[in-house]
Amino acid sequence: MQVKLTVNNEPKSFICEPGEYLLDTLRRYNYLSVRRGCDNTSCGVCTVLLDGKPVPSCSVLTASVENRSITTVEGIQDEAEKLGLYFGEEGADQCGFCNPSLALTVYAMKKELYKPTPEEIKEYLVGNLCRCTGYIAQERAIKKYMGDKS
Amino acid sequence: MVLILNEYVNPKSIEEAYSLFLENRKNYIKGGGAWLKLTIKSAEKLISLDNFNLDKIIVNDDLIEIGSMATLRQIETNRDIANLYNGILSKACHNIMGINVRNIATIGGTVMARLAFSDIYPALLVMDTTLVFYKLGEISLVDFIKNPTKERDILLSVKIKRKEGIGFYKKVATTALDFSIINFAIVKVENKYMISVGSTPYIASLAYNAMEFLNKQSKITSLEIDEAINILLDEIKVSSNTRSSKDYRIGLVKTYIKRGIKKVNADAS
Amino acid sequence: MKVVNKRIPSVDGLGIMKGRPAFTDDFADKNSLIIKIKRSPHAYARIKKIDDSLAKQLPGVVMVLTHKDFPRVPFTRAGQGYPEPSPHDKFVLDEFVRYVGDEVLAVVAIDEATCDKALSLIKVEYEVLEPVLDFEKAIDNLSIIHPEPEIHEMFPIGFEPKRNIASSYAMHIGDLDKALKESDVVIEETFYTQAQAHVMMEPHTVNARMDYQERLVIYSATQTPYHVRRIISQALNIPLSRIRVIKPRVGGGFGGKQAIHGEMFVSYVTLKTGKPSKIIYTRKEVFESSYTRHPMKLKVRLGATKDGVLKAIDFNVLSDTGAYGEHALTVFMVVGSKVLPLYNKVDAVHFYGDVVYTNHTPAGAYRGYGAIQGNFALESAIDILCEKLGMDSILFRQKNMMKEHETSPIFAIMGEGTEGTPMDMDTCKLDECVSRGTKLIDWYKKYPRIDMGDKIKSVGMAIAMQGSGIPYIDMGSATIKLNDDGFYNLLVGATDIGQGSDTVLAQIAAEELMTSVDKVIVYSSDTDLTPFDVGAYASSTTYVSGNAVWKAAKEMKSKLLIEAARILKCKIKDIEFDGKEFKSSNGESITLIDLSNQITYSEDQKQLSVTSSYVGHKSPPPFMAGFIEIEIDKETGEIDILDYVSVVDCGTTINPKLAEGQVNGAIVQGLGMAMFESVKYSKTGKLISNSLLNYKIPTRLDIKNLTTEFVDSYEESGPFGAKSVGEIGIDTPPAALANAVYNALGVRINTLPITPEKIILALKEKESK
Repeated sequence: MQVKLTVNNEPKSFICEPGEYLLDTLRRYNYLSVRRGCDNTSCGVCTVLLDGKPVPSCSVLTASVENRSITTVEGIQDEAEKLGLYFGEEGADQCGFCNPSLALTVYAMKKELYKPTPEEIKEYLVGNLCRCTGYIAQERAIKKYMGDKS
Repeated sequence: MVLILNEYVNPKSIEEAYSLFLENRKNYIKGGGAWLKLTIKSAEKLISLDNFNLDKIIVNDDLIEIGSMATLRQIETNRDIANLYNGILSKACHNIMGINVRNIATIGGTVMARLAFSDIYPALLVMDTTLVFYKLGEISLVDFIKNPTKERDILLSVKIKRKEGIGFYKKVATTALDFSIINFAIVKVENKYMISVGSTPYIASLAYNAMEFLNKQSKITSLEIDEAINILLDEIKVSSNTRSSKDYRIGLVKTYIKRGIKKVNADAS
Repeated sequence: MKVVNKRIPSVDGLGIMKGRPAFTDDFADKNSLIIKIKRSPHAYARIKKIDDSLAKQLPGVVMVLTHKDFPRVPFTRAGQGYPEPSPHDKFVLDEFVRYVGDEVLAVVAIDEATCDKALSLIKVEYEVLEPVLDFEKAIDNLSIIHPEPEIHEMFPIGFEPKRNIASSYAMHIGDLDKALKESDVVIEETFYTQAQAHVMMEPHTVNARMDYQERLVIYSATQTPYHVRRIISQALNIPLSRIRVIKPRVGGGFGGKQAIHGEMFVSYVTLKTGKPSKIIYTRKEVFESSYTRHPMKLKVRLGATKDGVLKAIDFNVLSDTGAYGEHALTVFMVVGSKVLPLYNKVDAVHFYGDVVYTNHTPAGAYRGYGAIQGNFALESAIDILCEKLGMDSILFRQKNMMKEHETSPIFAIMGEGTEGTPMDMDTCKLDECVSRGTKLIDWYKKYPRIDMGDKIKSVGMAIAMQGSGIPYIDMGSATIKLNDDGFYNLLVGATDIGQGSDTVLAQIAAEELMTSVDKVIVYSSDTDLTPFDVGAYASSTTYVSGNAVWKAAKEMKSKLLIEAARILKCKIKDIEFDGKEFKSSNGESITLIDLSNQITYSEDQKQLSVTSSYVGHKSPPPFMAGFIEIEIDKETGEIDILDYVSVVDCGTTINPKLAEGQVNGAIVQGLGMAMFESVKYSKTGKLISNSLLNYKIPTRLDIKNLTTEFVDSYEESGPFGAKSVGEIGIDTPPAALANAVYNALGVRINTLPITPEKIILALKEKESK
């Protein structure tokens, strides 16, 4: 079937099977920053933004997002760069596999929450697992990003 | 990972959705769809309810009606729901998975899934919740849980009575993202207690006898609470599973029912 | 120092954050044939009959591979130096399947859906055999898991497969019985540690294609590209020269990618069909069919005098290596070699035991590599001993633990699979780690506990050591090449799996060459282009590969000075070089940029390039002291971790922020093992914990605070004074937690994980006495 939607503000027309998940469709269409971690919504690695809200692309059927707007990290390059620079400052950059999905979720959080406390930040991001960093350096970097007014 | 699916359908009306649903045992209604992969291996048609505005949360003076397609995140962030019984439904939603899942999981999908470890049921049960089905009309959540029917129907909304009352909600789990080992909801409304325990590992239920006992008491001290807990443990079945042993769960019942009742009493005074 | 010991952002973090293709599957050919494995539903069975006729007829199915298709060559999947200390007990596919999830056959098709359909059409008949599911009943069990005549050890490791023994080991120092007799207090305890899953965020994946030289090119998420190349060559009878292995960015390894996973299948399929092929493990396959940590039973006896001198250590260990023996002996030995020397002044040590086969998911390398299991047992036992002695456990440790310039006879006896290397602790700041940590957590104010009503706050601690590479075995090398425009390429075999080795090695080169990191472009882990390195394991990268880089940088500098002297027409000793410019005492000068352009294009053209290698003659251990502060609910046993203080001696921190990240990440992984992570099997040997919905790792909300510090330390033999730091953080949490729980509630939990349920059960048992 053909599914028309917007990806990173560009109109797209995806050809896919009715049962294909957004993660696989996006990867087929070369959005390689969207990756697979667990296939059952437990890890957050496949997160993309659907109309600005974080969703697990491994469990969203492409057919179900017709006419909607998807954002991958390719669509928020400036913000990802800002966050990435803070990650570099704080030593939060390790394997990076969880980073693009984390960048999208942090970006959505910055738009959704007003001056969240450290606890609220943890709660918003709890579904984004990381096995490398132990979280603390990531949180320092994210705090800086949240306070960045540029 | 692919779902074996022949057709994804956007019907033009709920009536059309309903007929499609009845047409074939392998036609399914899509709720949020987050756990489709875990519940069905293959489907003929997957029927979407996305175009019927079933995602609204309507607040009246005495009633909150939550559309079945409202997401857990919508419910979690709704101010009126947060003010209801100290936000027990908000808390129940908040502790489920991560925000990405809650942005697509719907209350309809959660209610219809009948997952015993669900954190939503205890909160809904103590708030005297009613379900509104397309053909069947209104039935209480209690009846829905007790009497699973083979009749296919479409859930349209969930109705909760708005009353002044104090609430307590607790989910016990190993980590912040895990399923519950056991969960509890208690409200005190119009001086009457409603107590629900779920994920025991069985599906949530109300502790009628314990509630009746407490509601008869003129004053509640530790003695009455302990007695109520004994009565509760007689009427609510608790067992072991991979997440916890029966004995440990019983210990949690004793601890949290006591703390919960004390809390709703303390907040009331 | 200008670059080393400075917070430098990693060279690759920004690009990865921005989503650039970087990981293995990002480089898979779009037309790759998909390979899926049919996996055994039985814990132990013989394949009687395979009916794949329907599957083969399905359009889009290219082939079905069974054990009949592969040469009958046993190998080990373990990524280790050759000859490997692990038994060669695995065939690509075998007539026997030895755990639920073991490979039965492989289906190759044009896409995933066809593969799935084909798998469902294949019928396999099994003769179900009696599995061995209890490692304490494995030895001399009637059921023999490895009866094959062709399997063998590469050198004596105590391999007795007919008894279900993959490996055995024993060592002793002094006279244990005598030392115990001379002890005033002897304790005896038994500990159990569980299997843990790595849960790296990137599932295992491999893809291959033929290049235009008709060579097999493999992209693999691996920690050991050179070992992969060699093992494939041996198992599939292909010349080593026809294989190229490239490791792209890897989404975490922790030891779980220090072994072959899908490489055999993509190699075979791509060679046979000429077409690109790939295999991606599902998360379920990662749990069931990759590797776990070795679960162990540790029987410990300690003896001490009443004035607190530790005299005797007796460690009898049983380790479960699962269906295949990867890393069996080496993990076992580290339980002793990187734990027992902590108390180096004892009169006697006895360390011995067996590693047995069972029909479980194979155990393999996992950060800590035996040290975490041994540490849990020893550091718990030390606290138990101190309680019996009536002695402060911190003072006891300070009295008996390793100190700088001391040694332990264990170093000479125990290496990794073979004899060890004697060494003195040129750097050991353990005493400073302990005293600093004691202060940071405010130990004496909080010890043993503070009663808060419903909850109790308490503290617990443990000390640990690890290693820095394997002396005389681990080799790393580096090539540095000068480009026009005055920047360098640094080619290293060293494997960055997220721990930041590309960055750290660039810093070492940049420091020596007196330039900045952005002028040192790192390319790593490509068996055609980068010089040899054993790979990312045994905490070898900073120390071994780092030393190779340092050597290479020094040699490059010498070569540069030779060129400068030639150009400036003076002697080398008359030149001052600041990284950017060469100035001679006769007033002449030339910039590095001009020099590089000149020798590339204009005059006396040559390519300046240096390759250096390094093999360690010692493995200087990093040390640390870990302190935990917890709040525990008296009625439910639920634990909140309020803080974890780590004070680490790893020599110079080449990159302090990345080093902190290594420690923090390891601490959290160790806390997961300490508190709730557990690989669980059903009664028939099926893995219950085979999904992230059921196997939980620590989340952001579970970690309130981590306080990590590094003490001043300079290891002469390490690059710019560095030792390694990749593993040590994982070792202390289990014992620290067990000790804190004891301090809080007076109950001793000797089996991991330490769950609220176990605590409450123990409390009930204590109360009933």
